Amino acid sequence: MNFDFSDDQKQLRDEARKFLAEKCPPKAVRTVLDGKEPYDRTLWKGLAEMGFLGVAIPEEFGGAGAGHLELCVIAEEMGRALAPVPLSSTVYLAAEAILLAGSDAQKRKWLPAIAAGEAIGTLALFEGKGNPSPQNVKLQAAGGTLNGVKKPVPDGAIADFAVVAARTGSSGRESDISLFLADMKAGGVEAKTLTNIDPSRGQAELTFKNCKAEPLGAAGEGWSILSQVLDHAAVLMAFEQVGGADRALEMGRDYALDRIAFGRPIGSFQAVKHMLADMYVSATLARSNCYYGAWALSTNAGELPEAAAAARISATQAFQHCAKNNIQVHGGMGFTWEFDCHMYYRRANATALGLGSLSYWEDALIARMRKKNAA
Amino acid sequence: MNFDDTPQEAAFRAEAKAWIAANAPKQYEEELRKSSLGRTVLKGANILEVAKAWQKKKADAGWACLHWPKEYGGRGSSPIERVIWQQEEGPFGKLSGMFIIGHGMCGPTMMAFAGEEQKRQYLPPLASGEKIWCQLFSEPAGGSDVAGLRTRAEKNGGDWIINGQKIWTSGAHYSDYGILLTRTDPNVPKHKGLTMFFLDMKSKGVEVRPIKQASGQSDFNEVYFTDVKIPDSQRLGEVNDGWNVSLTTLMNERSAIGAGVSTGFPELFEFCSNLMLEDGPAIDDPGVRSKLANWAVKASGLKYTSMRAISALSRGERPGPENSIGKLVAGSMVQDVAAYALDLQGAAGVLSGPEDAEIAGKFQAMLLRAPGTRVEGGTDEIMRNIIAERVLGLPGDIRVDKDVPFNKIPTKGRS
Repeated sequence: MNFDFSDDQKQLRDEARKFLAEKCPPKAVRTVLDGKEPYDRTLWKGLAEMGFLGVAIPEEFGGAGAGHLELCVIAEEMGRALAPVPLSSTVYLAAEAILLAGSDAQKRKWLPAIAAGEAIGTLALFEGKGNPSPQNVKLQAAGGTLNGVKKPVPDGAIADFAVVAARTGSSGRESDISLFLADMKAGGVEAKTLTNIDPSRGQAELTFKNCKAEPLGAAGEGWSILSQVLDHAAVLMAFEQVGGADRALEMGRDYALDRIAFGRPIGSFQAVKHMLADMYVSATLARSNCYYGAWALSTNAGELPEAAAAARISATQAFQHCAKNNIQVHGGMGFTWEFDCHMYYRRANATALGLGSLSYWEDALIARMRKKNAA
Repeated sequence: MNFDDTPQEAAFRAEAKAWIAANAPKQYEEELRKSSLGRTVLKGANILEVAKAWQKKKADAGWACLHWPKEYGGRGSSPIERVIWQQEEGPFGKLSGMFIIGHGMCGPTMMAFAGEEQKRQYLPPLASGEKIWCQLFSEPAGGSDVAGLRTRAEKNGGDWIINGQKIWTSGAHYSDYGILLTRTDPNVPKHKGLTMFFLDMKSKGVEVRPIKQASGQSDFNEVYFTDVKIPDSQRLGEVNDGWNVSLTTLMNERSAIGAGVSTGFPELFEFCSNLMLEDGPAIDDPGVRSKLANWAVKASGLKYTSMRAISALSRGERPGPENSIGKLVAGSMVQDVAAYALDLQGAAGVLSGPEDAEIAGKFQAMLLRAPGTRVEGGTDEIMRNIIAERVLGLPGDIRVDKDVPFNKIPTKGRS
């Protein structure tokens, strides 16, 4: 049994960590957080040059042709560094959707551009409140044009193209939903930046008015494709979350060792030690669930839907837990803008929602386990 | 990343599987499979006898204490082979409960500190289950703070005379031998005046009294020592070096990787799948689902944490400290799971008789046994200290009694 990453994959992790330590220090995250830039363009280019953006894209489409395990490794490091770039929207969502359902022409058009850092993509799924569900998709598609409003759309204001979930039927079934590819530069879509709890990453409202778009995948297959895309993205995002959780835990641990109060390091008080021990427990459980998700994703196993939901729930909880208690360990200083703790807290709570909330995935996990047991 | 055996591992697994299929006491398989925390019983059979017979059969065929050297009754197997054996032994592994302390703690301590002749005399019957061993460390005044123990050992010619009391001794009532930690010098700080021995539990002056637990069962004992004589040849390690000897024992406590800790989750999932509430099956209720999902990811997180440790073993590495979270997570989880299962039963959840209670009172038994799991073998708080200090590198607790002679340490709080 080797339920672990390979030596090559661990080497890739070390490379990515070194690269990000240099190119993505906290002050780079703050440039985007403070609204000076919509995303870190230099970092995005650098990631493309390192081959990280196309690590799971086949060589024939301009990628490195490695695989999803390598992408999990990159995702974890990006999460540790809070990289302020549109990786999740472009790579976990848009590229995965095209890989799963795109025509050869669509793959040739967008995948090499993604790998080269020349195209930013996103998934336009949500329409206000609510979790992923066919009923919540109201945007209409008819005659190859889209009409409706999507929000929040991650990185919607900087995207070059969007995978759009649209309603093409009214039977009340999943087959009413189809996917489309919309070129944001071709007109018919207006983007408005929205304020959000994590300004180091962008959220937007996209208004489609007679926007020309081409189908992605077969008509009526939209929900089935989306479900797979969300499972893939759940595993990848979970690695980002575990990376963030680990870093928040380290920050708390380091501060507890350095900070003296009542004549001793605060890390010698059991109240603080035990809080940090519980953070370690959450992060460890999440990492192990993520490894199972990575295995299922990389082998396209039948267990993927269940494994993805478990990884998603566990990693969401761990990142939220570690980020909030990191602030607690830091005390008052943790609540300042100057300290980096709030950036992890913001990211933890934003990533908890992007692919559907915790309660959505809890429900999904048990439904999937039940289905498996019944089978 | 894969779950596959190496060719050698696969060959070992096939051999183990075949032997177990041909030799295991199959008539008890179903009962053992269904048993859960607080309830391992075999109808119409004495579990001690069944367990001893299975252990002897394993030993005769070379399947006992796999990781021990052959000359001491083991098989000389690698750590990963031991894990594969446990996986294949499955529910029959529950019959090993009464040997865990002897095989996991007393045996390794004897191997490290006893003389060669003693090892050859005592270890093979320990491996084969013909002799059962217990560990006599905890005392009324020394639980988590085990170095605070007060049982005295005084030198008298070539012997030591023991007086004092031990508590929480698992299986003392059916044990043949024990390892015993005593105080030999009360005039030095507490860790520096301890000495370890092994002794025959039938020695004159040893009295075993079962403790009736909060759950109503009796798994543990008090053991009283009144002028018990132990020859100096049964001393393990140097005089006053008992603390270091006990660390060897306690380090081995963590070695049971892959043995699995009971979380109660599979039982709860099955229960919720079958339980009908007013609006349909419990498992379709959003509140129930949310609770189940939170426990599901803890149970799977533990399972795959253990897989990561097994992978390290398979590569010939020592597993990392992440495995130390198992008992901490499972202990409080099984308690919460049991309480929730009773909640789902409504007012009838109070009933615990096998005929009246849901699934024969399994969750009621689990609830009543669960508090012990958070205390035995290191309390939740000690486990968190271990993680904080050994994994995260945080400072040790400030110990006000560290440099104080043992006999000057206060013995009472409020006076």
